[in-house]
Amino acid sequence: MSPDVETKKTIKSITKKYKYGFTTDIESDKAPKGLNENIVKFISTKKKEPKWLLNWRLKSYKAWKKMEEPNWSMVKFPKINYQDSYYYSTPKTKKKLKSLNEVDPAILSTYEKLGIPLEEQKRLAGVAVDYVFDSTSVATTFKEKLAKVGIIFCSFSEAVQSHPKLIKKYLGTVIPYTDNFFATLNSAIFSDGSFVYIPPGVRCPMELSTYFRMNAENTGQFERTLIIADKDSYVSYLEGCTAPMRDVNQLHAACVELITLDNAEIKYSTVQNWYPGDEKGKGGIYNFVTKRGACRGNNSKISWTQVETGSAITWKYPSCILQGDNSIGEFNSVAITNNLQQADTGTKMIHLGKNTKSTIISKGISAGKGQNTYRGLVRMGPKATNGRNFTQCDSLLIGDKCGAHTIPYIEVNNKSAKVEHEATTSKISDDQMFYCRQRGLNQENAVSLIVNGFCKEVLKELPMEFAVEAQKLLGISLEGSVG
Amino acid sequence: MLKIINLHVNVANKKILQGVNLEINPGEVHALMGPNGSGKSTLANVLSGKDGYEIKKGKIIFFKKNLINFEPENRACEGLFLAFQYPVEIPGVSGINFLRTTLNSVRKYKKQKELDGVNFLKLLRKKAKIIKMDEKLIKRSINTGFSGGEKKRSEILQMILLEPKLAILDETDSGLDIDALKTVANGVNNLKNKDRSFLVITHYQRLLNYIVPDKVHILSNGKIVKSGDKNLAIELEKKGYEGLV
Repeated sequence: MSPDVETKKTIKSITKKYKYGFTTDIESDKAPKGLNENIVKFISTKKKEPKWLLNWRLKSYKAWKKMEEPNWSMVKFPKINYQDSYYYSTPKTKKKLKSLNEVDPAILSTYEKLGIPLEEQKRLAGVAVDYVFDSTSVATTFKEKLAKVGIIFCSFSEAVQSHPKLIKKYLGTVIPYTDNFFATLNSAIFSDGSFVYIPPGVRCPMELSTYFRMNAENTGQFERTLIIADKDSYVSYLEGCTAPMRDVNQLHAACVELITLDNAEIKYSTVQNWYPGDEKGKGGIYNFVTKRGACRGNNSKISWTQVETGSAITWKYPSCILQGDNSIGEFNSVAITNNLQQADTGTKMIHLGKNTKSTIISKGISAGKGQNTYRGLVRMGPKATNGRNFTQCDSLLIGDKCGAHTIPYIEVNNKSAKVEHEATTSKISDDQMFYCRQRGLNQENAVSLIVNGFCKEVLKELPMEFAVEAQKLLGISLEGSVG
Repeated sequence: MLKIINLHVNVANKKILQGVNLEINPGEVHALMGPNGSGKSTLANVLSGKDGYEIKKGKIIFFKKNLINFEPENRACEGLFLAFQYPVEIPGVSGINFLRTTLNSVRKYKKQKELDGVNFLKLLRKKAKIIKMDEKLIKRSINTGFSGGEKKRSEILQMILLEPKLAILDETDSGLDIDALKTVANGVNNLKNKDRSFLVITHYQRLLNYIVPDKVHILSNGKIVKSGDKNLAIELEKKGYEGLV
């Protein structure tokens, strides 16, 4: 059954069961333009959600109405008219192409440079794949393997139906629905996302990737992800992919919540390569993401690793709340801005428990007219005895029209805590370029080599296959930035 | 292989090279000596295509091609190598990665197959042995925190790996102790053959005891004022530039 037909069927079955005195045509693919209570109800109804979740969405919507778009960041963009977009459309499968010949040659050339295998290229570009390479069956095999050890890995909507207790227990406990303008908006109208639960004592036998999650298409705009690592468990989760992603929706506001209980660890890696807009700054995704993890248990650990190369605007601060004693938070970030891209990114490390440790490594690269800001908060609470933080923020400038900014906030309320902050700003020197070129590298490869060296500490934190692609991606993102 | 004809070069409107003529044949070792500020490093940089030099007149012919129209990377791929007087640090880029990336770039240009990790390491170990280069050093970020001697040794390692047709050594002997000097010379001599040439820029005759030149030139005020065989270097050591030029 094609997803289209499937969706319509599901919707039909919903309409019979739920009646919210609601007038929008439930058969249509789209909810009408704009945002109001009815739209929120519409989304919830279509998703067959329980009453408590609808109420949560409505509470969020009411809170959001009273909020104002934040203006404290270094990013500038024209005012968004929230009443001028669609907040729900049924996940449509993209029009399937017959062969790679029908794909934009520019996109193919990027795939080529990234070294993406041919079959994979077809999948990414939306070409109908033959039965030999069937991603659905791959996903099913993985799912079976995970189920054997009791791991739950499914779409958020699926989890609402199959594991409502877990969702109810944890949703919104790390990012409250009143948290911030974009998170609150997400809480009201989130479309779908991922749900992961790792049971006590289980070490997830593979890297979990959205790639293996079915129904992953068209959920990018208001994604909601919730990952719970129960006691003594471990999971590594990969989000995104290095291939360039286009989306008709300009505004993205995702939420990711992570929770680790005693001795558990979550490693969350992201490669974000949404469409950055053209050289003149036209188009491009606005990416306003709220990501936060809570180390609830003692000796637990959460590490964020991100490579941010896409989007016209990146506004994102993956954070850790270190509640459990001896818990550890890490943030490793590479952010590239080229042309007219803007990034305001960093982290918050909130130390609450004793002997909590955090490390922040941020590498910002600005080229073209790109503006790159690191914004970070390290807070040592009154009970964070012997809390430790080490922060290193390095900025690299390419050319003389870009900018790098570092805005660290440090709040220490415990005398035994130690906080270190190091920052550097450097340029790719003409001598470095000439040295590489004298050895036979062209300008682009020379920049790519130097930038990869600059980011090495962060890239080594990425899972192997991801790291190789990410290295190539850095070079591609900076194409045309020199010479 | 290399023919420099009446080369005039300005730097920031100042005349540095004022009619240099030089011909190097395959298999020859030429030494270029001269007082400070005579234009030795300028010549090396102009040959390898560094920015910031204004070529007013003249030609640089390398295997029948006029190099002046070539980008630095293409000159390198055509077989011209410069051992830097001050090798540049590139933090985070390991020597191994740098060497492999550059070697494969040159191989690609020559339409040769790129080397995979295993074969590259085999080759690298073999070459490192020749100049007694510690493998630990190659694993570190290239030139970063290296001593003067280590940097020069690293330059020579790159040279013997890339196997250029013409290698220009810009004061590679400066700052080297006698043992390091011998190792560097050993690297050069090892690479010497009937097709490969060297242009050795130095202040001291000492290096030429180990790398014996076929011809010695003295550059003064942007011109080659005197050429001779290896004895010219010995004479220069005795009399100094003032006595000779």
